[in-house]
Amino acid sequence: MKTDPDKLPRFTAPERLNHWLVAVLFFLLALSGLVFFHPFFYPLNQLFGGGTWARILHPFFGVLMIFLFGGMFLRFRKLSVMTPADREWLKHARELASGDTRNLPEAGKLNGGQKLMFWSLVTCMVLLVVSGLIIWRAYLSFLFPVTLVRVGAVVHAAAGVIMVALILGHIYLAIWTKESIGAMLYGKVRRAWAKHHHPAWYREITGGDK
Amino acid sequence: MALQSLDITRRSATTTPSPSVRQTMEVAKLIDVTKCIGCKACQVACMEWNDTRDAVGTNHGVYDNPVDLTENSWTVMRYAEVETERGLEWLIRKDGCMHCADPGCLKACPAPGAVVQFSNGIVDFHEENCIGCGYCIAGCPFNIPRLSKKDSKVYKCTLCSDRVAVGLEPACVKTCPTGAIVFGSREDMIRHAEERIVDLKSRGFAKAGLYDPQGVGGTHVMYVLHHADRPEMYCGLPKDPTIGPAVDLWKGAAKPLASLGLALIGLGALAHYVTKGPNEVSEEIEKEVDK
Repeated sequence: MKTDPDKLPRFTAPERLNHWLVAVLFFLLALSGLVFFHPFFYPLNQLFGGGTWARILHPFFGVLMIFLFGGMFLRFRKLSVMTPADREWLKHARELASGDTRNLPEAGKLNGGQKLMFWSLVTCMVLLVVSGLIIWRAYLSFLFPVTLVRVGAVVHAAAGVIMVALILGHIYLAIWTKESIGAMLYGKVRRAWAKHHHPAWYREITGGDK
Repeated sequence: MALQSLDITRRSATTTPSPSVRQTMEVAKLIDVTKCIGCKACQVACMEWNDTRDAVGTNHGVYDNPVDLTENSWTVMRYAEVETERGLEWLIRKDGCMHCADPGCLKACPAPGAVVQFSNGIVDFHEENCIGCGYCIAGCPFNIPRLSKKDSKVYKCTLCSDRVAVGLEPACVKTCPTGAIVFGSREDMIRHAEERIVDLKSRGFAKAGLYDPQGVGGTHVMYVLHHADRPEMYCGLPKDPTIGPAVDLWKGAAKPLASLGLALIGLGALAHYVTKGPNEVSEEIEKEVDK
């Protein structure tokens, strides 16, 4: 990795490490969870050593996720507070998707879309954890009435799909926005990148008004 | 567990047809609770034939022993002391799998072939395919499947599918000393029940009737009840059992549609990238910052 004194620090090492651990765990959870989602995905159980192993491992991955995603939540919750400017930004998101940035309000360190993604992920994760504990047959399901377990199974499946959809979107937007994967991998961004994508943040950390 | 079979109507988590060239007669077990004396010979016969042994329990102050179904006790007698207009009545019911025509366990199961339904109506667990998730327990409207602590597989009454496959009646039927349990074609069993109900009505049980709940498409284990209007009196036999809207939602069309939705997100992303191009830093900002 080239060191460039001109680059701006965007994510700290603990933030990046936390993010990528969550990413790896997300894939383990999504792939093992899809096993139980629909017969079409059942063969994915082979990645985990069979159906029974997928059933055993999935909830333990989930428990680990509580801590790792919890870390992400604590690190990014203040940064993700929605402001009126962010709401305005979101109204212009469709134009941005078409490559038109003329009317796009200036984004801070995180733009409105990123903040919306954060809170959507948090909501899904809470639903997944609560419903997941209820349907954990080996240890917890016997504590709950069967109707609640049934509702838990529906909520878990629905929140799981929405989570996968959100992450697919997150991954695509990272690929679409050039250099942003580098920002999460190495922590630094070029000044021009910061000015183009997050002008308000750029001004804030460079202290200038150019 | 059952023989290799060519008469499978439905198989859990399987979207293509199962071997089904052979069509067998639809069977049913009829339990006439009005003839039952609560001797538990059926419990013994069940364990004898299936070679299961439950742990020796303790006396709970009631006749129920064991108190509940377990992975080893696939049928238990349940005793209810109920006050009715006729005075104190002792209602005894042999509990176990009802072998629903529309089985909630099979619908809920995510493991291909862990639950099968034969064309004769028997719903059977194939434990070698079971992954131990317990979804069948959530799917069952009668609270029947039991998860074994020993091997994390679920067990329940097989309606002696192995015996029935070779033309024998289930072990509990064979042993019942009062003829309270009978077995045969479903059609014959319904006819037999009708005769019994006429007899019971003539003896003053005006509400006598057949328990064959239509909410689960009918069952292949049916009861003759002296109080068919109040099945809950028989230790909580559900009045109108159904698989429930949650399970239908969970296992219905929603999941294939959601899977399609996820695939469309992928396709949409590809189309967007190719048609609109990446989101890159503009030339003017590059020049501006380079200065």
